[in-house]
Amino acid sequence: MDSELFSSPAAELPQGPYFGRFGGRFIPEALVAALDEIEEAFGKAVVDPEFTADLQRLHREYTGRPSLLTEAPRFAEHAGGARVFLKREDLNHTGSHKINNVLGQALLTKRMGKTRVIAETGAGQHGVATATAAALMGLECTVYMGAEDTERQSLNVARMRLLGAEVVAVDAGTRTLKDAINEAFRDWVASVDSTHYMFGTVAGPHPFPMLVRELQRIIGLESREQIQQRIGRLPDVVTACVGGGSNAIGMFHAFIPDSEVRLVGCEAGGVGADSNLHAASLTKGTLGVLHGARSLMLQDEDGQTVASHSISAGLDYPGVGPEHAWLHDTGRAEYRAVTDAEAMEAFRILCRTEGIIPAIESSHALAGALQLGRELGPEAVILVSLSGRGDKDVTTAGTYFGYLDANAQEA
Amino acid sequence: MSTATVLSSCAAENRSAFIGYLPVGFPDVARSVDAMRALVAGGADIVEVGMPYSDPTMDGPTIQAAGVQALAGGVRTRDIFTAVEAVAEAGATPVVMSYWNIVEQYGVDAFARDLAGVGGVGVVTPDLIPDEAAEWIAASDAHGLDRIFLVAPSSTPERLAYVAASTRGFVYAASTMGVTGTRTQVGDAAEQLVADTRAAGAEHVCVGLGVSTREQASEVGAYADGVIVGSALVNALDSGGPSALEARVAEFSAGVRDRG
Repeated sequence: MDSELFSSPAAELPQGPYFGRFGGRFIPEALVAALDEIEEAFGKAVVDPEFTADLQRLHREYTGRPSLLTEAPRFAEHAGGARVFLKREDLNHTGSHKINNVLGQALLTKRMGKTRVIAETGAGQHGVATATAAALMGLECTVYMGAEDTERQSLNVARMRLLGAEVVAVDAGTRTLKDAINEAFRDWVASVDSTHYMFGTVAGPHPFPMLVRELQRIIGLESREQIQQRIGRLPDVVTACVGGGSNAIGMFHAFIPDSEVRLVGCEAGGVGADSNLHAASLTKGTLGVLHGARSLMLQDEDGQTVASHSISAGLDYPGVGPEHAWLHDTGRAEYRAVTDAEAMEAFRILCRTEGIIPAIESSHALAGALQLGRELGPEAVILVSLSGRGDKDVTTAGTYFGYLDANAQEA
Repeated sequence: MSTATVLSSCAAENRSAFIGYLPVGFPDVARSVDAMRALVAGGADIVEVGMPYSDPTMDGPTIQAAGVQALAGGVRTRDIFTAVEAVAEAGATPVVMSYWNIVEQYGVDAFARDLAGVGGVGVVTPDLIPDEAAEWIAASDAHGLDRIFLVAPSSTPERLAYVAASTRGFVYAASTMGVTGTRTQVGDAAEQLVADTRAAGAEHVCVGLGVSTREQASEVGAYADGVIVGSALVNALDSGGPSALEARVAEFSAGVRDRG
């Protein structure tokens, strides 16, 4: 896979700043130089064999790549008898796909001669991954997290602090991921000489959507090879959850040229996509500018961002990466909204049928697989991006299912 | 009167211009409009009417908090035009400062048309760089509005030239790398940035971010065409109402007439 770790500009797929009518750079002039610097540093890195070798060594010896591909036959019984394969990003060091991106960006940070990284985090997975990479490479680290998220993901807050990161609870706005991003941008404008903003998803201004996709692309590259080795053909459907969309783009990208493979992204439908309590920016959003890019988003008539809702902190974001909006526009990928209740049902089924506790984010993709299997029947092969593990969600899920006694809930 | 005309006539008086920012809708729409009239009465040459936004990434705590209160109070994009009209009637030159999504959702051309219709002369766009501004450049040309882009200490000479060439009115020079808010010192980088921006072709350069005292206003006014003050005015309005605001405005008006 060495030759294709990073995608070729010759592949006729967009490399940013624009993905169709989406993307761009809607940012203060003060950040233009820093974004140019990242783009240039990454452009040099991808053609430098030393960078690729360093990154592949970290994948292999630190993260534990390639991650497994696990068939889930007992889970599949609930999916109309289709064959279901799980791409086990949950087995990565730090427990999710987020490590793929941060190791690449941490190497880039060193190459740019910067000594400090900052990051936003929702569920805490990107924050934990950033804190981990910072510890590994001797970088100073500050993570911004919405105050509501620090409460519902308190274990990840402790984890980041154990790793030596400073965690700042953001009390502004809706106190969730979007406000953490705002605060990280404010830090970055003032600290850009020494600091790299380790953006966690495929949203934000160019080059982040391209950069993060390139670093997550390994999910789909490995999966594509593994599934063909296993069953001698490509899957019929590939599914992944979509908040900002980094694991989904990472999984989808290598399959985009395979026109016979359906790509299905599962957004957070919250209480229901027809309620006002969801995070379904692709299926329910409108064209706008948020956090430096033009994409689809949840907003009111005046362009004020509307608060999103999801039981999963990692999908609780009112925007989405511009490349997903483009894939949605062109019809190459389809997107559906999965409710909190559907995701939690899929979560429960996977725990009990396969002995795997998934992240609630990834449970949205699992719910999509259940639906797709029932729609397509027993001949279908479904590949699911199991983007993270559910250790961080035990309190939320335990409370949801009534498995915690009153004392434990208070603690 | 375009901002360039205002800045030239201030220069003819051998002084810098005083540009005051206040957000519409803080503490509510009616009182924000009164506050803007007080700003004009106190001597502001240009008033920046700010539009509150849910995700103000370029603003520090003061303007964020004012925006949160204004949005909670129900401020709408159309309230900008009420404020702009009041400023124009009071005799100062109104411009709008808005994050880009607000303008885009209103409709870029419709926004330009409606702003020009009530006497507004331009828009400051903190998160719109000229690279992304084709539609705004066309609309501002069509309706004769100034487009006020920003430069920062991190801008390269090429960027300074590009921004200067794309701007009409004045270039807004961010004095420091950072967000809005009061600072004890205006960055040393500001004077150099103004000189570099002029050398890159800008006719008028005004400085904002961090100016909060009369002394800073005279210091910056000594080299800039205009001195932009925001958070310090919001703080005054918040803590002491219109009378406290007027007192602060008088200090800044004096500051720009006393070039350090």
